[in-house]
Amino acid sequence: MSKQTKTLNLNFGPQHPAAHGVLRLILELDGEIVEKADPHIGLLHRGTEKLIENKTYSQAIPYFDRLDYVAPMNQEHAFALAIEKILDIEVPIRGQYIRVIFCEIGRILSHILNITTQALDVGALTPSLWGFEEREKLMEFYERVSGSRLHANYFRPGGVHQDLPRGLDTDILKFCNEFPKIIDDLETLLTDNRIFKQRNVDIGIVSKDDALDYSFSGVMMRGSGIPWDLRKSQPYDCYEQLSFKVPIGKNGDCYDRYLCRVEEMRESVKIIKQCLERLPKGPVKSQDNKITPPPKKEIKESMEALIHHFKLFTEGYRVKKDEIYKAVEAPKGEFGVYLISDGSSKPYKCKIRAPGFSHLQAMDYLIKGHMLADVPAVLGSLDIVFGEIDR
Amino acid sequence: MLKNTDLEKKINSGLNTKVSSSKITHETLSISIEKDDLKEVLLFLKSNPEMKFKQLIDITAVDYPNKKNRFRMIYLLLSHEFNKRIIIDFPLNENEKVFSITSIFPSANWMEREVFDMYGIDFQDHPDLRRILTDYEFEGYPLRKDFPITGHKEVRYSEEKKKVIYEPVKLEQDYRNFDYNSPWQGTEYIKEIKKNNE
Repeated sequence: MSKQTKTLNLNFGPQHPAAHGVLRLILELDGEIVEKADPHIGLLHRGTEKLIENKTYSQAIPYFDRLDYVAPMNQEHAFALAIEKILDIEVPIRGQYIRVIFCEIGRILSHILNITTQALDVGALTPSLWGFEEREKLMEFYERVSGSRLHANYFRPGGVHQDLPRGLDTDILKFCNEFPKIIDDLETLLTDNRIFKQRNVDIGIVSKDDALDYSFSGVMMRGSGIPWDLRKSQPYDCYEQLSFKVPIGKNGDCYDRYLCRVEEMRESVKIIKQCLERLPKGPVKSQDNKITPPPKKEIKESMEALIHHFKLFTEGYRVKKDEIYKAVEAPKGEFGVYLISDGSSKPYKCKIRAPGFSHLQAMDYLIKGHMLADVPAVLGSLDIVFGEIDR
Repeated sequence: MLKNTDLEKKINSGLNTKVSSSKITHETLSISIEKDDLKEVLLFLKSNPEMKFKQLIDITAVDYPNKKNRFRMIYLLLSHEFNKRIIIDFPLNENEKVFSITSIFPSANWMEREVFDMYGIDFQDHPDLRRILTDYEFEGYPLRKDFPITGHKEVRYSEEKKKVIYEPVKLEQDYRNFDYNSPWQGTEYIKEIKKNNE
Protein backbone atom coordinates (compact mmCIF):
# COMPACT_ATOMS: atom_id res chain seq x y z
CA MET A 1 0.00 0.00 0.00
CA SER A 2 1.45 3.32 -0.96
CA LYS A 3 0.96 6.39 1.13
CA GLN A 4 -0.49 9.43 -0.54
CA THR A 5 0.74 12.86 0.51
CA LYS A 6 -0.90 16.16 -0.14
CA THR A 7 0.55 19.63 0.25
CA LEU A 8 -1.20 21.98 2.60
CA ASN A 9 -2.09 25.51 1.56
CA LEU A 10 -1.76 28.03 4.34
CA ASN A 11 -2.82 31.65 4.32
CA PHE A 12 -0.27 33.69 6.23
CA GLY A 13 -1.93 37.06 6.78
CA PRO A 14 -3.34 39.55 5.75
CA GLN A 15 -3.90 39.98 9.47
CA HIS A 16 -0.84 38.39 10.98
CA PRO A 17 1.40 40.22 13.45
CA ALA A 18 4.57 38.83 11.89
CA ALA A 19 3.54 39.89 8.38
CA HIS A 20 4.64 43.44 9.21
CA GLY A 21 1.56 44.95 7.70
CA VAL A 22 -1.01 43.69 5.28
CA LEU A 23 0.70 40.87 3.46
CA ARG A 24 -1.24 37.88 2.28
CA LEU A 25 1.31 35.14 1.87
CA ILE A 26 -0.01 31.90 0.47
CA LEU A 27 2.28 29.09 1.53
CA GLU A 28 2.33 25.61 0.14
CA LEU A 29 3.52 23.30 2.87
CA ASP A 30 4.76 19.76 2.83
CA GLY A 31 4.59 18.95 6.50
CA GLU A 32 6.52 21.85 7.97
CA ILE A 33 8.65 22.49 4.90
CA VAL A 34 7.66 25.41 2.70
CA GLU A 35 7.48 24.38 -0.94
CA LYS A 36 6.19 27.58 -2.44
CA ALA A 37 5.38 31.08 -1.26
CA ASP A 38 3.14 33.37 -3.24
CA PRO A 39 2.89 36.86 -1.74
CA HIS A 40 -0.29 38.73 -2.59
CA ILE A 41 0.32 42.42 -2.18
CA GLY A 42 -1.60 45.58 -2.91
CA LEU A 43 -3.86 45.59 0.12
CA LEU A 44 -2.49 49.01 0.99
CA HIS A 45 -2.48 50.33 -2.58
CA ARG A 46 -3.52 53.97 -2.59
CA GLY A 47 -2.57 54.97 -6.10
CA THR A 48 0.20 57.32 -5.00
CA GLU A 49 1.64 57.65 -8.50
CA LYS A 50 -1.71 58.54 -9.98
CA LEU A 51 -2.35 61.10 -7.27
CA ILE A 52 1.05 62.69 -7.76
CA GLU A 53 0.30 63.15 -11.46
CA ASN A 54 -2.71 65.22 -10.46
CA LYS A 55 -1.05 67.43 -7.87
CA THR A 56 1.50 70.21 -8.07
CA TYR A 57 5.06 69.43 -7.17
CA SER A 58 4.79 70.82 -3.66
CA GLN A 59 1.51 69.03 -3.04
CA ALA A 60 3.20 65.77 -4.02
CA ILE A 61 5.78 65.83 -1.23
CA PRO A 62 3.46 64.59 1.57
CA TYR A 63 2.71 61.44 -0.44
CA PHE A 64 6.34 60.46 -0.04
CA ASP A 65 6.00 60.44 3.74
CA ARG A 66 3.30 57.87 3.39
CA LEU A 67 5.40 55.41 1.43
CA ASP A 68 7.93 54.01 3.85
CA TYR A 69 6.31 55.56 6.88
CA VAL A 70 9.04 54.58 9.31
CA ALA A 71 11.63 56.77 7.57
CA PRO A 72 9.56 59.47 5.88
CA MET A 73 12.19 62.08 5.15
CA ASN A 74 14.46 59.77 3.19
CA GLN A 75 11.76 59.42 0.57
CA GLU A 76 11.11 63.14 0.33
CA HIS A 77 14.82 63.50 -0.24
CA ALA A 78 14.75 61.53 -3.50
CA PHE A 79 11.90 63.61 -4.88
CA ALA A 80 13.50 66.89 -3.83
CA LEU A 81 16.82 65.90 -5.38
CA ALA A 82 15.17 64.97 -8.67
CA ILE A 83 13.44 68.34 -8.97
CA GLU A 84 16.56 70.22 -7.91
CA LYS A 85 18.52 68.47 -10.62
CA ILE A 86 16.01 69.39 -13.33
CA LEU A 87 15.63 72.99 -12.18
CA ASP A 88 19.35 73.25 -11.56
CA ILE A 89 19.04 74.92 -8.17
CA GLU A 90 21.63 74.88 -5.44
CA VAL A 91 20.82 73.91 -1.89
CA PRO A 92 22.52 76.12 0.72
CA ILE A 93 25.10 74.22 2.71
CA ARG A 94 23.17 74.50 5.98
CA GLY A 95 20.12 73.04 4.26
CA GLN A 96 22.19 70.11 3.02
CA TYR A 97 23.52 69.36 6.50
CA ILE A 98 20.06 69.53 8.06
CA ARG A 99 18.75 67.17 5.40
CA VAL A 100 21.52 64.68 6.06
CA ILE A 101 20.94 64.85 9.82
CA PHE A 102 17.28 64.00 9.36
CA CYS A 103 17.97 61.30 6.78
CA GLU A 104 20.24 59.59 9.26
CA ILE A 105 17.66 59.98 12.00
CA GLY A 106 15.27 58.27 9.61
CA ARG A 107 17.76 55.48 9.09
CA ILE A 108 18.05 54.91 12.84
CA LEU A 109 14.25 55.03 13.17
CA SER A 110 13.86 52.39 10.51
CA HIS A 111 16.64 50.13 11.75
CA ILE A 112 15.43 50.22 15.36
CA LEU A 113 11.99 49.20 14.19
CA ASN A 114 13.34 46.43 12.03
CA ILE A 115 15.80 44.96 14.51
CA THR A 116 13.39 45.00 17.42
CA THR A 117 10.40 43.62 15.53
CA GLN A 118 12.54 40.93 13.99
CA ALA A 119 13.56 39.99 17.51
CA LEU A 120 9.90 40.05 18.47
CA ASP A 121 9.07 37.68 15.62
CA VAL A 122 11.60 35.16 16.82
CA GLY A 123 10.52 35.41 20.41
CA ALA A 124 12.33 38.26 22.17
CA LEU A 125 10.02 40.90 23.61
CA THR A 126 12.39 43.18 25.52
CA PRO A 127 14.30 44.75 22.57
CA SER A 128 11.12 46.27 21.17
CA LEU A 129 10.30 47.87 24.51
CA TRP A 130 13.76 49.39 24.75
CA GLY A 131 13.97 50.34 21.10
CA PHE A 132 10.61 52.05 20.88
CA GLU A 133 11.55 54.35 23.71
CA GLU A 134 14.41 55.62 21.56
CA ARG A 135 12.20 55.89 18.49
CA GLU A 136 9.91 58.11 20.49
CA LYS A 137 12.80 60.47 21.19
CA LEU A 138 13.69 60.58 17.51
CA MET A 139 10.12 61.20 16.46
CA GLU A 140 10.09 64.07 18.90
CA PHE A 141 12.95 65.58 16.90
CA TYR A 142 10.80 65.16 13.82
CA GLU A 143 7.96 66.89 15.57
CA ARG A 144 10.05 69.79 16.75
CA VAL A 145 11.39 70.48 13.32
CA SER A 146 8.33 69.85 11.18
CA GLY A 147 5.33 69.81 13.48
CA SER A 148 4.43 66.15 13.14
CA ARG A 149 5.91 62.93 14.40
CA LEU A 150 5.56 60.88 11.26
CA HIS A 151 4.34 62.64 8.17
CA ALA A 152 6.90 65.40 8.23
CA ASN A 153 6.57 67.10 4.84
CA TYR A 154 9.78 68.88 5.72
CA PHE A 155 12.13 68.62 2.74
CA ARG A 156 11.58 70.97 -0.16
CA PRO A 157 13.18 71.19 -3.55
CA GLY A 158 15.89 73.73 -2.73
CA GLY A 159 16.37 72.89 0.94
CA VAL A 160 14.13 72.33 3.92
CA HIS A 161 10.98 74.08 5.04
CA GLN A 162 12.29 75.78 8.17
CA ASP A 163 15.44 76.20 10.16
CA LEU A 164 16.00 74.09 13.28
CA PRO A 165 14.20 75.49 16.32
CA ARG A 166 16.42 76.81 19.08
CA GLY A 167 18.06 74.14 21.18
CA LEU A 168 17.28 71.23 18.88
CA ASP A 169 20.88 70.76 17.78
CA THR A 170 22.12 70.36 21.36
CA ASP A 171 19.31 67.91 22.09
CA ILE A 172 20.17 65.82 19.04
CA LEU A 173 23.82 65.87 20.10
CA LYS A 174 22.80 64.71 23.56
CA PHE A 175 20.86 61.86 22.00
CA CYS A 176 23.89 60.93 19.86
CA ASN A 177 26.03 60.69 22.96
CA GLU A 178 23.57 58.47 24.78
CA PHE A 179 22.36 56.28 21.95
CA PRO A 180 25.49 54.09 21.41
CA LYS A 181 24.99 52.82 24.95
CA ILE A 182 21.45 51.76 24.03
CA ILE A 183 22.76 49.93 20.96
CA ASP A 184 25.22 48.11 23.23
CA ASP A 185 22.35 47.14 25.53
CA LEU A 186 20.29 45.87 22.60
CA GLU A 187 23.28 43.89 21.42
CA THR A 188 23.73 42.20 24.79
CA LEU A 189 20.16 40.97 24.40
CA LEU A 190 20.50 39.72 20.84
CA THR A 191 23.93 39.39 19.26
CA ASP A 192 25.16 36.43 21.28
CA ASN A 193 21.75 35.23 22.31
CA ARG A 194 21.55 31.50 21.67
CA ILE A 195 17.90 31.48 20.61
CA PHE A 196 18.26 34.54 18.38
CA LYS A 197 21.23 32.94 16.65
CA GLN A 198 19.51 29.60 16.24
CA ARG A 199 16.63 31.34 14.55
CA ASN A 200 18.70 33.56 12.26
CA VAL A 201 22.10 32.10 11.44
CA ASP A 202 22.10 30.30 8.06
CA ILE A 203 18.49 31.24 7.41
CA GLY A 204 17.53 32.92 4.17
CA ILE A 205 20.99 32.92 2.62
CA VAL A 206 21.42 35.17 -0.41
CA SER A 207 24.39 34.66 -2.68
CA LYS A 208 26.11 37.58 -4.38
CA ASP A 209 24.80 36.72 -7.84
CA ASP A 210 21.26 36.23 -6.62
CA ALA A 211 21.36 39.55 -4.81
CA LEU A 212 22.08 41.16 -8.18
CA ASP A 213 19.60 39.05 -10.12
CA TYR A 214 16.76 39.79 -7.74
CA SER A 215 17.47 43.55 -7.76
CA PHE A 216 18.35 43.66 -4.09
CA SER A 217 19.75 46.84 -2.65
CA GLY A 218 20.71 48.30 0.67
CA VAL A 219 21.31 45.94 3.56
CA MET A 220 19.90 42.99 1.62
CA MET A 221 22.81 43.38 -0.78
CA ARG A 222 25.49 44.43 1.68
CA GLY A 223 24.61 41.50 3.92
CA SER A 224 25.78 39.25 1.06
CA GLY A 225 29.13 40.99 0.88
CA ILE A 226 28.63 43.44 -1.96
CA PRO A 227 30.10 46.78 -0.91
CA TRP A 228 27.56 49.13 -2.44
CA ASP A 229 26.09 52.20 -0.83
CA LEU A 230 24.72 55.08 -2.85
CA ARG A 231 25.87 57.50 -0.19
CA LYS A 232 29.43 56.49 -1.12
CA SER A 233 29.20 55.50 -4.77
CA GLN A 234 26.89 58.20 -6.06
CA PRO A 235 26.98 60.77 -3.27
CA TYR A 236 24.27 63.39 -2.99
CA ASP A 237 24.05 66.49 -0.79
CA CYS A 238 27.01 66.67 1.58
CA TYR A 239 27.67 62.95 2.06
CA GLU A 240 30.94 63.33 0.18
CA GLN A 241 32.40 65.47 2.94
CA LEU A 242 31.47 63.11 5.75
CA SER A 243 33.50 60.13 6.83
CA PHE A 244 31.65 56.95 7.63
CA LYS A 245 32.06 53.26 7.04
CA VAL A 246 29.79 50.93 5.14
CA PRO A 247 29.41 47.67 7.05
CA ILE A 248 29.11 44.58 4.87
CA GLY A 249 28.20 41.02 5.75
CA LYS A 250 29.87 37.78 4.85
CA ASN A 251 27.35 34.97 4.74
CA GLY A 252 24.26 36.77 3.47
CA ASP A 253 21.96 35.22 6.06
CA CYS A 254 19.41 36.87 8.34
CA TYR A 255 21.96 37.17 11.12
CA ASP A 256 24.47 39.06 8.99
CA ARG A 257 21.79 41.45 7.88
CA TYR A 258 20.95 42.07 11.51
CA LEU A 259 24.61 42.80 12.26
CA CYS A 260 24.82 45.17 9.29
CA ARG A 261 21.84 47.13 10.55
CA VAL A 262 23.30 47.43 14.02
CA GLU A 263 26.58 48.73 12.62
CA GLU A 264 24.75 51.12 10.30
CA MET A 265 23.02 52.67 13.28
CA ARG A 266 26.40 53.33 14.87
CA GLU A 267 27.65 54.89 11.64
CA SER A 268 24.54 57.03 11.40
CA VAL A 269 25.19 58.39 14.87
CA LYS A 270 28.71 59.31 13.74
CA ILE A 271 27.34 61.05 10.65
CA ILE A 272 24.87 63.07 12.69
CA LYS A 273 27.61 64.11 15.10
CA GLN A 274 29.85 65.25 12.26
CA CYS A 275 27.00 67.22 10.73
CA LEU A 276 26.21 68.92 14.02
CA GLU A 277 29.84 69.86 14.52
CA ARG A 278 30.14 71.41 11.10
CA LEU A 279 26.64 72.86 10.85
CA PRO A 280 27.28 76.32 9.35
CA LYS A 281 25.12 79.39 9.70
CA GLY A 282 23.09 80.66 6.80
CA PRO A 283 19.91 80.05 4.86
CA VAL A 284 18.30 76.61 4.86
CA LYS A 285 16.59 76.82 1.50
CA SER A 286 17.24 78.24 -1.90
CA GLN A 287 16.72 81.99 -2.05
CA ASP A 288 15.12 81.80 -5.48
CA ASN A 289 11.57 82.88 -4.65
CA LYS A 290 10.30 81.40 -7.87
CA ILE A 291 10.79 78.00 -6.22
CA THR A 292 10.68 78.51 -2.47
CA PRO A 293 8.18 80.81 -0.77
CA PRO A 294 9.46 84.04 0.78
CA PRO A 295 9.47 84.46 4.57
CA LYS A 296 6.14 85.32 6.12
CA LYS A 297 7.38 88.68 7.35
CA GLU A 298 8.23 89.85 3.87
CA ILE A 299 4.78 89.02 2.58
CA LYS A 300 3.31 91.78 4.71
CA GLU A 301 5.67 94.38 3.32
CA SER A 302 6.69 93.47 -0.17
CA MET A 303 4.30 93.25 -3.10
CA GLU A 304 6.62 90.96 -5.00
CA ALA A 305 6.85 88.55 -2.07
CA LEU A 306 3.07 88.47 -1.86
CA ILE A 307 2.77 87.63 -5.55
CA HIS A 308 5.38 84.91 -5.24
CA HIS A 309 3.62 83.44 -2.26
CA PHE A 310 0.27 83.48 -4.02
CA LYS A 311 1.58 81.92 -7.19
CA LEU A 312 3.56 79.22 -5.38
CA PHE A 313 0.57 78.07 -3.39
CA THR A 314 -1.97 78.17 -6.20
CA GLU A 315 -0.31 77.27 -9.45
CA GLY A 316 2.97 76.07 -8.02
CA TYR A 317 6.30 76.34 -9.74
CA ARG A 318 6.80 74.97 -13.19
CA VAL A 319 9.38 72.38 -14.02
CA LYS A 320 10.76 72.38 -17.53
CA LYS A 321 10.31 69.41 -19.82
CA ASP A 322 12.77 66.78 -18.77
CA GLU A 323 13.28 63.26 -17.52
CA ILE A 324 15.38 62.08 -14.63
CA TYR A 325 16.00 59.09 -12.43
CA LYS A 326 17.30 59.98 -9.00
CA ALA A 327 17.98 57.47 -6.27
CA VAL A 328 18.93 57.75 -2.64
CA GLU A 329 20.13 55.19 -0.14
CA ALA A 330 17.02 54.85 1.98
CA PRO A 331 17.26 52.64 5.08
CA LYS A 332 15.77 49.75 3.16
CA GLY A 333 17.79 50.11 0.00
CA GLU A 334 17.77 52.08 -3.20
CA PHE A 335 14.73 54.31 -3.26
CA GLY A 336 14.39 56.00 -6.62
CA VAL A 337 12.13 58.44 -8.36
CA TYR A 338 11.75 58.44 -12.12
CA LEU A 339 10.27 61.80 -12.91
CA ILE A 340 8.97 63.01 -16.25
CA SER A 341 8.04 66.68 -16.33
CA ASP A 342 6.27 68.38 -19.21
CA GLY A 343 6.80 72.05 -18.41
CA SER A 344 3.64 72.45 -16.34
CA SER A 345 3.38 72.64 -12.58
CA LYS A 346 2.38 68.99 -12.26
CA PRO A 347 4.55 65.95 -12.96
CA TYR A 348 3.60 64.08 -16.12
CA LYS A 349 4.72 60.85 -14.56
CA CYS A 350 6.38 59.94 -11.31
CA LYS A 351 7.44 56.34 -10.98
CA ILE A 352 8.51 55.34 -7.51
CA ARG A 353 11.08 52.62 -7.20
CA ALA A 354 10.63 51.05 -3.78
CA PRO A 355 13.38 48.76 -2.50
CA GLY A 356 10.95 46.54 -0.60
CA PHE A 357 9.10 45.64 -3.78
CA SER A 358 12.03 43.66 -5.19
CA HIS A 359 12.93 42.26 -1.79
CA LEU A 360 9.50 40.82 -1.20
CA GLN A 361 9.44 39.44 -4.72
CA ALA A 362 12.32 37.15 -3.78
CA MET A 363 10.31 35.65 -0.90
CA ASP A 364 9.63 32.46 -2.84
CA TYR A 365 13.33 32.02 -3.63
CA LEU A 366 14.39 32.79 -0.06
CA ILE A 367 11.96 30.58 1.78
CA LYS A 368 11.79 27.50 -0.43
CA GLY A 369 12.92 24.48 1.57
CA HIS A 370 12.87 26.28 4.89
CA MET A 371 10.59 25.45 7.80
CA LEU A 372 7.35 27.29 8.43
CA ALA A 373 8.83 28.89 11.55
CA ASP A 374 11.53 30.52 9.40
CA VAL A 375 8.97 32.52 7.45
CA PRO A 376 8.69 35.30 10.07
CA ALA A 377 12.48 35.37 10.51
CA VAL A 378 13.09 35.84 6.78
CA LEU A 379 10.21 38.25 6.43
CA GLY A 380 11.59 40.24 9.34
CA SER A 381 15.06 40.48 7.88
CA LEU A 382 13.72 41.61 4.48
CA ASP A 383 12.65 44.78 6.28
CA ILE A 384 9.41 45.30 4.43
CA VAL A 385 6.99 48.12 5.01
CA PHE A 386 3.81 47.98 3.03
CA GLY A 387 3.49 51.69 2.53
CA GLU A 388 6.28 51.62 -0.02
CA ILE A 389 5.59 48.23 -1.57
CA ASP A 390 1.93 48.86 -2.33
CA ARG A 391 2.32 52.59 -3.01
CA MET B 1 36.26 55.62 -14.13
CA LEU B 2 34.26 54.91 -17.24
CA LYS B 3 33.06 58.05 -18.93
CA ASN B 4 29.53 58.37 -20.21
CA THR B 5 30.75 59.38 -23.64
CA ASP B 6 33.00 56.33 -23.84
CA LEU B 7 30.16 54.13 -22.73
CA GLU B 8 27.96 55.65 -25.39
CA LYS B 9 30.59 54.90 -28.04
CA LYS B 10 31.03 51.34 -26.85
CA ILE B 11 27.33 50.66 -26.84
CA ASN B 12 26.86 52.22 -30.24
CA SER B 13 29.67 50.18 -31.75
CA GLY B 14 28.64 46.97 -29.97
CA LEU B 15 25.01 47.16 -30.95
CA ASN B 16 25.54 49.25 -34.12
CA THR B 17 22.17 49.41 -35.87
CA LYS B 18 20.05 48.47 -32.88
CA VAL B 19 20.41 51.80 -31.11
CA SER B 20 18.22 54.33 -32.87
CA SER B 21 19.35 57.27 -30.75
CA SER B 22 21.33 57.95 -27.61
CA LYS B 23 21.84 60.94 -25.40
CA ILE B 24 23.38 61.88 -22.07
CA THR B 25 21.20 63.85 -19.69
CA HIS B 26 21.91 64.49 -16.02
CA GLU B 27 25.04 62.32 -16.16
CA THR B 28 23.00 59.33 -17.27
CA LEU B 29 23.08 57.68 -20.66
CA SER B 30 19.76 56.87 -22.22
CA ILE B 31 19.33 54.89 -25.42
CA SER B 32 16.32 54.34 -27.61
CA ILE B 33 15.86 51.00 -29.30
CA GLU B 34 13.27 49.03 -31.22
CA LYS B 35 10.78 46.82 -29.43
CA ASP B 36 12.00 43.59 -31.02
CA ASP B 37 15.64 44.15 -30.11
CA LEU B 38 14.96 44.41 -26.38
CA LYS B 39 16.24 40.99 -25.35
CA GLU B 40 19.38 41.20 -27.44
CA VAL B 41 20.22 44.67 -26.17
CA LEU B 42 19.71 43.67 -22.53
CA LEU B 43 21.75 40.50 -22.93
CA PHE B 44 24.55 42.50 -24.50
CA LEU B 45 24.50 45.09 -21.72
CA LYS B 46 24.37 42.45 -19.02
CA SER B 47 27.10 40.17 -20.32
CA ASN B 48 29.55 42.60 -21.90
CA PRO B 49 32.63 42.63 -19.63
CA GLU B 50 33.17 46.34 -20.28
CA MET B 51 29.76 47.36 -18.91
CA LYS B 52 28.26 44.62 -16.73
CA PHE B 53 24.82 46.12 -16.28
CA LYS B 54 23.91 43.26 -14.00
CA GLN B 55 21.04 44.74 -12.09
CA LEU B 56 17.62 45.69 -13.31
CA ILE B 57 16.43 48.62 -11.24
CA ASP B 58 12.95 49.14 -12.58
CA ILE B 59 10.59 48.76 -15.49
CA THR B 60 7.89 51.26 -16.19
CA ALA B 61 5.74 52.66 -18.96
CA VAL B 62 4.48 56.11 -19.85
CA ASP B 63 1.14 56.84 -21.43
CA TYR B 64 0.88 59.44 -24.18
CA PRO B 65 -2.76 59.14 -25.34
CA ASN B 66 -2.31 61.55 -28.25
CA LYS B 67 0.73 59.96 -29.81
CA LYS B 68 0.67 57.42 -32.60
CA ASN B 69 2.47 54.92 -30.41
CA ARG B 70 0.57 55.30 -27.22
CA PHE B 71 3.05 53.89 -24.72
CA ARG B 72 6.71 54.18 -24.05
CA MET B 73 8.43 51.39 -22.15
CA ILE B 74 11.34 52.34 -19.90
CA TYR B 75 13.98 50.03 -18.46
CA LEU B 76 16.49 51.19 -15.87
CA LEU B 77 19.71 49.26 -15.40
CA LEU B 78 22.63 49.66 -13.02
CA SER B 79 26.21 48.50 -13.29
CA HIS B 80 27.81 48.22 -9.87
CA GLU B 81 31.25 47.53 -11.19
CA PHE B 82 31.47 50.69 -13.26
CA ASN B 83 29.04 52.72 -11.18
CA LYS B 84 26.89 53.56 -14.17
CA ARG B 85 23.20 53.76 -14.85
CA ILE B 86 21.49 53.42 -18.19
CA ILE B 87 17.96 54.13 -19.33
CA ILE B 88 16.54 52.14 -22.24
CA ASP B 89 13.29 53.07 -23.88
CA PHE B 90 11.18 52.19 -26.90
CA PRO B 91 7.76 53.20 -28.21
CA LEU B 92 4.89 50.75 -28.13
CA ASN B 93 1.50 50.61 -29.74
CA GLU B 94 -1.61 49.88 -27.72
CA ASN B 95 -2.19 46.37 -29.09
CA GLU B 96 1.43 45.29 -29.21
CA LYS B 97 3.05 42.81 -26.87
CA VAL B 98 6.44 43.16 -25.27
CA PHE B 99 8.85 40.28 -24.77
CA SER B 100 9.12 39.40 -21.13
CA ILE B 101 12.67 39.62 -19.81
CA THR B 102 12.16 37.36 -16.80
CA SER B 103 14.61 34.86 -18.32
CA ILE B 104 17.37 37.50 -18.25
CA PHE B 105 16.48 39.26 -14.98
CA PRO B 106 14.34 37.19 -12.58
CA SER B 107 13.34 40.38 -10.76
CA ALA B 108 11.49 41.56 -13.87
CA ASN B 109 8.63 39.28 -12.89
CA TRP B 110 6.82 41.62 -10.50
CA MET B 111 7.89 44.73 -12.33
CA GLU B 112 6.24 43.49 -15.51
CA ARG B 113 3.20 42.45 -13.55
CA GLU B 114 2.98 45.97 -12.23
CA VAL B 115 3.20 47.49 -15.70
CA PHE B 116 0.52 45.05 -16.86
CA ASP B 117 -1.65 45.98 -13.91
CA MET B 118 -1.23 49.73 -14.26
CA TYR B 119 -1.14 50.13 -18.05
CA GLY B 120 -2.58 46.93 -19.47
CA ILE B 121 0.53 46.16 -21.48
CA ASP B 122 0.82 42.50 -22.29
CA PHE B 123 4.07 40.59 -21.88
CA GLN B 124 4.87 37.64 -24.06
CA ASP B 125 6.26 34.51 -22.34
CA HIS B 126 5.72 35.90 -18.86
CA PRO B 127 5.43 32.96 -16.42
CA ASP B 128 2.72 34.41 -14.22
CA LEU B 129 1.04 37.51 -15.59
CA ARG B 130 -1.57 38.53 -13.00
CA ARG B 131 -2.61 41.81 -11.50
CA ILE B 132 -0.46 42.71 -8.57
CA LEU B 133 -1.31 45.96 -6.81
CA THR B 134 -4.99 46.43 -7.51
CA ASP B 135 -7.87 44.51 -5.99
CA TYR B 136 -8.90 41.04 -7.11
CA GLU B 137 -11.24 41.39 -10.10
CA PHE B 138 -10.32 45.02 -10.60
CA GLU B 139 -11.26 46.51 -13.96
CA GLY B 140 -9.39 49.13 -15.93
CA TYR B 141 -5.80 50.31 -15.91
CA PRO B 142 -5.27 53.03 -13.29
CA LEU B 143 -2.19 54.79 -14.60
CA ARG B 144 -3.54 55.34 -18.08
CA LYS B 145 -4.27 59.00 -18.55
CA ASP B 146 -7.93 58.33 -19.42
CA PHE B 147 -8.60 56.54 -16.11
CA PRO B 148 -10.41 58.95 -13.78
CA ILE B 149 -8.64 59.79 -10.54
CA THR B 150 -11.77 58.96 -8.56
CA GLY B 151 -11.88 55.44 -10.01
CA HIS B 152 -15.05 53.59 -11.00
CA LYS B 153 -16.05 51.57 -7.97
CA GLU B 154 -16.18 52.05 -4.24
CA VAL B 155 -16.57 49.50 -1.47
CA ARG B 156 -18.70 49.56 1.62
CA TYR B 157 -20.08 47.14 4.14
CA SER B 158 -23.71 46.40 3.43
CA GLU B 159 -25.81 45.89 6.54
CA GLU B 160 -28.53 44.04 4.58
CA LYS B 161 -26.25 41.64 2.75
CA LYS B 162 -23.86 41.30 5.70
CA LYS B 163 -20.83 41.59 3.45
CA VAL B 164 -18.59 44.08 1.71
CA ILE B 165 -20.08 45.15 -1.61
CA TYR B 166 -18.87 47.07 -4.64
CA GLU B 167 -20.86 50.02 -5.99
CA PRO B 168 -20.28 52.70 -8.62
CA VAL B 169 -18.51 55.73 -7.14
CA LYS B 170 -20.89 58.29 -5.67
CA LEU B 171 -19.31 61.58 -4.69
CA GLU B 172 -21.02 64.04 -2.38
CA GLN B 173 -19.21 66.77 -4.20
CA ASP B 174 -17.77 66.64 -7.70
CA TYR B 175 -14.05 66.21 -7.95
CA ARG B 176 -12.68 69.67 -8.54
CA ASN B 177 -9.63 70.24 -10.59
CA PHE B 178 -8.41 73.81 -10.38
CA ASP B 179 -6.57 74.96 -13.44
CA TYR B 180 -4.30 77.81 -12.55
CA ASN B 181 -3.21 78.36 -16.06
CA SER B 182 -1.39 81.62 -16.25
CA PRO B 183 1.27 83.39 -18.24
CA TRP B 184 3.52 83.47 -15.21
CA GLN B 185 7.07 82.93 -16.33
CA GLY B 186 8.90 80.04 -14.87
CA THR B 187 12.36 80.06 -13.48
CA GLU B 188 14.15 80.57 -16.76
CA TYR B 189 13.59 84.25 -17.15
CA ILE B 190 14.76 85.35 -13.73
CA LYS B 191 18.02 83.57 -14.36
CA GLU B 192 18.42 85.33 -17.68
CA ILE B 193 17.87 88.72 -16.07
CA LYS B 194 20.45 87.90 -13.45
CA LYS B 195 22.89 86.85 -16.16
CA ASN B 196 22.33 90.06 -18.11
CA ASN B 197 22.87 92.18 -15.04
CA GLU B 198 26.16 90.52 -14.20
